[in-house]
Amino acid sequence: MWEYSDTLKDHFFNPRNVGELEDANAVGEVGSLACGDALRLYLKIDPESEKIVDARFKTFGCGSAIASSSALTEMIRGKTIEEALKITNKDIAAYLGGLPPEKMHCSVMGRDAFEAAVACYRGEPAPREKLEGNLVCECFGVTDEQIRKVVRENNLTTVDQVTNYTKAGGGCGQCHDKIDVIIAEVQGILKKERAKSKAPAKRMTTIQKIAKIQEVLEQEIRPSLQNDGGDVELVDLDGDKVILALRGMCTSCPSASVTRQVIEGKLKELVHPDLVVEEVEA
Amino acid sequence: MVAPEVFEAMTPYFMEKYGNPSSMHSFGGKLARDVAAAREKLATLIGAQLQEIMFNSGGTESDATAILSALNTMPQRREIVTTRVEHPAVLNLCKYLARFKGYRVHWLSVDRKGLLNMDEVRAKVSDQTAIVSVMWANNETGVIFPVREIAEIANEHGALMHTDAVQAVGKVPIDLSDSGIHFLSLSGHKLHAVKGIGVLYIKKGTRFVPFIMGGHQESNRRAGTENVPGIVALGVAAELARKHLSEKASFMARLRDRLQEGLLATVPNAHVNGHTDDRLPNTLNMGFEFVEGEAILMRMDEKGICASSGSACASGSLEPSHVLRAMGVPFTAVHGSIRFSLSRYTTDEEIDFVLSEVPNIIAFLRSLSPFGRTDFDRACVVQ
Repeated sequence: MWEYSDTLKDHFFNPRNVGELEDANAVGEVGSLACGDALRLYLKIDPESEKIVDARFKTFGCGSAIASSSALTEMIRGKTIEEALKITNKDIAAYLGGLPPEKMHCSVMGRDAFEAAVACYRGEPAPREKLEGNLVCECFGVTDEQIRKVVRENNLTTVDQVTNYTKAGGGCGQCHDKIDVIIAEVQGILKKERAKSKAPAKRMTTIQKIAKIQEVLEQEIRPSLQNDGGDVELVDLDGDKVILALRGMCTSCPSASVTRQVIEGKLKELVHPDLVVEEVEA
Repeated sequence: MVAPEVFEAMTPYFMEKYGNPSSMHSFGGKLARDVAAAREKLATLIGAQLQEIMFNSGGTESDATAILSALNTMPQRREIVTTRVEHPAVLNLCKYLARFKGYRVHWLSVDRKGLLNMDEVRAKVSDQTAIVSVMWANNETGVIFPVREIAEIANEHGALMHTDAVQAVGKVPIDLSDSGIHFLSLSGHKLHAVKGIGVLYIKKGTRFVPFIMGGHQESNRRAGTENVPGIVALGVAAELARKHLSEKASFMARLRDRLQEGLLATVPNAHVNGHTDDRLPNTLNMGFEFVEGEAILMRMDEKGICASSGSACASGSLEPSHVLRAMGVPFTAVHGSIRFSLSRYTTDEEIDFVLSEVPNIIAFLRSLSPFGRTDFDRACVVQ
C-alpha cells in the first residue's frame, strides 16, 4: 500500500466538486479506460472576466488520481484562466501534501485536463492532439514533445522519473533508450541555460581534459553500463576526439550507438562542448 | 496468519534450542532430529520420500533452483516450456534466460477462463525441451492446471517437469508418489507457517546442480546454515494442513461461493475471472467494470477488508495483471479486478461484512467515474 498524506486521503475519501456541470462551457478530457485512469473536467467560465465560476470532475482511477482531480477543482475555482494556467503539476502535488514518485503522473493528468478544457473553451484543438512530435512510448502513446516538457518542467534526470510522470516507458520498456537520449538532450539545454550567465567554456589542457573525462565516465556512465553487464574504457584523446571502447555486454548490444550518443551528451555537458566521441573495437 | 500451534512450536528454537544442527556437540546436533521430523511431515503432506524434501528460503528460490538445475544438467537442450500466467518468480527468470542466455522459451497461452490448451502443450514440448514449468494453481485466479498430465508429456520427451505449487499445497490434495513431476516448489507463509522458509521437492534419481553452493547442508544440495525455527514451523504447519485439508477445503469453498454469489447478485457489471470449477477453494477473483482496483482496495482497507488487485496502480508498475491480460479480460475490467483470498480462519461473519460493504464502495466509485454510462463510447474497450 502506498504512503499517502492525510490531505490526499481526505480528498480521496471525501472528494470535492464531484459530478457533471449542466451549463459547463468548457470540458477537458484526458486518459482512457485502457490506461487505467481518466479524468473529465467540467468548467463554467464567465466570458466577461474569464473567471472560473465553477469546476466539477468525474474521474476513473486510483486514489491519487481521484484526489488530484479533487485538488485541481479546488485550486482553480475563482481564479481567472490566466491565473489558473500558472498552476503546474508540482503545485497540485504540493497541495495534496506530496505524491509518491510513482504517482506523479496523476498530477500531470490534472494539469493536462485543465489545459484541454481551456483549449476547448477557446475553440482550439486539444493540447494532446496539438502536441507535435513523434511517438516514443507506444504502450501509453507518449510523444517526445510531451517527455521534453515534463523533463524540463520538473528537472527529471532518469527514465524511471519520466515513467512516474508520464507513464512513458512503463510498458514493454523498448523506448527506454530513446527516453535516455531525450533526457540527455534536455538536460544539456538546461545546463547551458544555467551556465549562460557564467563564463564560457574555459580552456583546458589535454591532461585536464583526460582527467575530467575519466571522472565523468567513472561517476556518470560506468555504473549504469555495469548494471547491464557492460562497461566502457577511455582508449585515447586526440584533440577533441574522445576514443572509447565498449566492453562486455555493450559490444553485442543493439543499442550501442545510443549508448555512444548518451556518453557524448554527458561529456559535452560536463567536460567540454566541443568533444566528440568515437568508438573503437574492443 | 501464522497458526498459533506453529508459533508455539517454533519459539523455543530462538532462545533455548538455538544450536546449529550441523554441529558435532549434542546441544546443536540433536536439533538435526527435529529437522528430520519436520522433513517427514512435509514428505507426508505431498506424498514424497524423506530425501526428496529440500528446505530453502521459499517459493522464489525453489523455482529458480529447479529451472536452473534442469538447464545445467541437460546442457544440450536449449528450450523451456512455461505459461504466460506463471508467478513472476518463474516468468522473469525465463525472460532473463531468453534475453541474456540464449534459451528459447515457449510461452503457453490460456483461454478466457484461464485454462491451458493441451494440444498446444503437446505441440510445444519436444526433444529440445530441458524443462517444462507449469504452476499447479494460478495465484491470481486460483485456476488449477492439469500438471500430472503435462508431466507425462514432458516425460515422453525426456524433459524434466517442474511445478510451482505455492498456492496449491494445503488447499488441494497432492500426492507425488506415482507422478512424473521432478520438481515442486512450496512456500511456508501460504501454509500458515512463517515467511522465509520453503521446500523444493526433488524427485529421487533426478540429476541436480545446487543453486546456492557452499556447505554440505541438505545433503549437499542447498548450502547455508539450516533455518531451524522456520523448518520446525513448516513441519507443524504441514501436519496441520494435512489434518484440515478435506474438511477445511469444503469449508473455504462454501464461504467463497457465498461471497461470489452475493457479490454477483448485488453488484451490476461484475463477473468472476477464471474457471469456476477447476479452481482452488480459497480464491475468488472478481472484475468490477468502470472502477479502478487501487481505489477499491483503499476504501476496503478503511473498513478493515484486505484484498489484492490486478490493477496497474496497486502494484507500482503501470501494467495491469499479466494473468488477466493473458486471459483476454477486457481493459474495462482488468483495472477493476480484485482478488479475495480466504483461509481456514475466515468466518461467516467476515463474509457477511464484505458483502455488506463492497457493493456500496463500488457504487460510490462508479458515481465518480466518467465511464459506465450507457452512452459511453464502447470503442475505448481495447481487447
